[in-house]
Amino acid sequence: MLGLTRKDAVLLALVMALALLAPFILNPFPVNSGMAQFNAGYPDLMQRFVIFGIFAIGFNILFGLTGYLSFGHAAFLGVGSYAAIWMMKLLTANIIPGILMSIIIAGLFALLVGFISLRRSGIYFSILTLAFAQMSYALAYSVLTPITGGETGLQLKLNDARVLDAALEQGQRARANLFGLDMTASYDLIAGAWQFTFNAGYYIAAICMVLAFYMSIRIFRSPFGLMLRAIKCNNTRMNYTGLNARPYALAAFAISGMYAGLAGGLMVAMDTQVGPERMFWTASGEVVLMTILGGAGTLIGPVLGAGLIKYMENIVSKINSGVLHDWFYWMPDGLEDLVVTLIYPFVGKGWHLTLGIVFMLVVIFLPGGLVEGGQRISRLVRGKRAKPSDQTTPAE
Amino acid sequence: MDAIILQILNGLDKGSAYALIALGLTLIFGTLGVVNFAHGALFMIGAFCAVTLSRILTFSHEVVDPSRTDFLGNPMTVDVPYLYDFVGRSAGDVIIDWAVPLSILFAIPVMISIGVIMERGLIKHFYKRPHADQILVTFGLAIVLQEVIKYFYGANPIPTPAPSAFRGSFDFGAFLGMQANSIIYPYWRLVYFAFSLLIVSGIFAFLRFTTFGMVVRAGMADRETVGLLGINIDKRFTIMFGIAAAVAGLAGVMYTPINSPNYHMGMDFLVLSFVVVVVGGMGSLPGAVLAGFLLGILESFASMSAVLEALPGINQIVIYLVAIIILLTRPRGLMGRKGVMEE
Repeated sequence: MLGLTRKDAVLLALVMALALLAPFILNPFPVNSGMAQFNAGYPDLMQRFVIFGIFAIGFNILFGLTGYLSFGHAAFLGVGSYAAIWMMKLLTANIIPGILMSIIIAGLFALLVGFISLRRSGIYFSILTLAFAQMSYALAYSVLTPITGGETGLQLKLNDARVLDAALEQGQRARANLFGLDMTASYDLIAGAWQFTFNAGYYIAAICMVLAFYMSIRIFRSPFGLMLRAIKCNNTRMNYTGLNARPYALAAFAISGMYAGLAGGLMVAMDTQVGPERMFWTASGEVVLMTILGGAGTLIGPVLGAGLIKYMENIVSKINSGVLHDWFYWMPDGLEDLVVTLIYPFVGKGWHLTLGIVFMLVVIFLPGGLVEGGQRISRLVRGKRAKPSDQTTPAE
Repeated sequence: MDAIILQILNGLDKGSAYALIALGLTLIFGTLGVVNFAHGALFMIGAFCAVTLSRILTFSHEVVDPSRTDFLGNPMTVDVPYLYDFVGRSAGDVIIDWAVPLSILFAIPVMISIGVIMERGLIKHFYKRPHADQILVTFGLAIVLQEVIKYFYGANPIPTPAPSAFRGSFDFGAFLGMQANSIIYPYWRLVYFAFSLLIVSGIFAFLRFTTFGMVVRAGMADRETVGLLGINIDKRFTIMFGIAAAVAGLAGVMYTPINSPNYHMGMDFLVLSFVVVVVGGMGSLPGAVLAGFLLGILESFASMSAVLEALPGINQIVIYLVAIIILLTRPRGLMGRKGVMEE
């Protein structure tokens, strides 16, 4: 089906189901219950799940397959964002041209950066990509202010050209839309104590993610993907067989740059503003964390990693000491305070600490990420011994 | 002329910090073959050693001072550091004033033990793993260390002044026989530069002229053979990791008066220090130091107003630009050895 094996088709169907049913899955708690703050089913966060999912899927095509660790991928996301917002300012508030342009521009930029960076490998490659990303960030902040808006960034304004759009009525603002369908339009389904929000923007982003995921399956299973794996395995041997591996790596780099551009374009489509901080190297580090945490080189891993990190960022960070006291109120007073004091550093503002610890544990004990963890558990359940040969090799 | 001298001087203090961090990074890479992304965090922890010591020194108790009254006419209570009780008021003031230089003594054992614990507890298990795994686990460690510091010291920068004797500025113009006040330069930055030269030459002398250093250099060249000769090279490399951590920590301690320490200062320096190491050549100690000073000075030249008029924004990107050019024309960096990190 669709050129997929049965297993892959099941995986794709799973991702599709997860994406489509996300408003239900992420809102398991009734609105007025104490657990309602753990509901992640609000449009803004759901959009971020899928957009960063796309970003991580793209990063995984480069890192997971070829083993080139790029520390500057946020640059492509930023460039894509700028391209998208300019299309929306100049042409139309319809998101299609913006997203297409963001993919094209990010792809071209990735081609340029990749052409130069891929001359080196290993840590040199990482530093080169980092250098390019930091340069883009610094330039967007300073010299390129006429194009990027500098520190304030870019937003849709009333006096934008938007040559394809009809003039706005008095008091109207331009809104990102898809042929008139407003990105912020949502429908609230109220079922008893539960409330589920279906947001137009989320579903457009989710469809993009499912398509992106399908593309990544096809790339993983294609001869091209095999070639990329060969680069990771033994680049020297590839060269000795008389094959120039660089064009393949460059193609992978450009493709993953286009994924980042798509993510950037979608970000603008959902929330029509851009700032240079999107390109800062910590943003590049974040996508590395997502991919590794989920499982580099696996299909579903990056999506899981992106979801986990964004969930932690938005939900775990909300737990403050008041919430903790509510949870442990049934304990004796002294014990309650002790437990809250012990847990408090790891939640709320300290969620980065939890992230760092989880990330270290994953790198140390589960080089294959959450996916490997899942495989090990399923093997335990089935009662089979884990075979070392089955493990996905950690990325070089 | 004076503008050029001023820019060279301005570049020296940042260059010193780059050189010291890059030196530590290269020591670790050259001995253990590990790419340590947590090195910036070690720099930051060093800076917070200075903060900690000055807090310990000013740890105080309340005493009623009968000679002063508050606005209601009652005797005022004042905070008196415990230190005054031990050594007297004037000596106590001097010690508190010199908290930053004194922190060196405090930071060395702390940093060496942190380094040794890090190596034995974590990095040891990563020698056989790919470089990417080493980068990732130390990156995670850096996040953890940074968050721990943030938890205990808060997110705001903590001002840590230099001793009052070094607070003024040195009139370089008059010193060089030019117009007075044409080039003025804070004393502490001169101290920082001298300190970093001292540390760098100390490390080089240690590696060059001691038996321990000789063994370490032999181990860097051919670890296996040294091991086969019956020398416990692992133990020596662990100690070198501790020393590298101490170098980063001391760089951080002395940097506190220049820039108030905050929890993310390590990451800010780390990115640039990696660029410095790569430009200098992975595994080359002189390369790291040279590239550190070179890039520091280059950065300050690029922020001259004359240069900025010709090439706007160049000060932000010059280091990265130079790194890209050098990596493309000299793949091993300025002084890199053959066969390091080329797989």
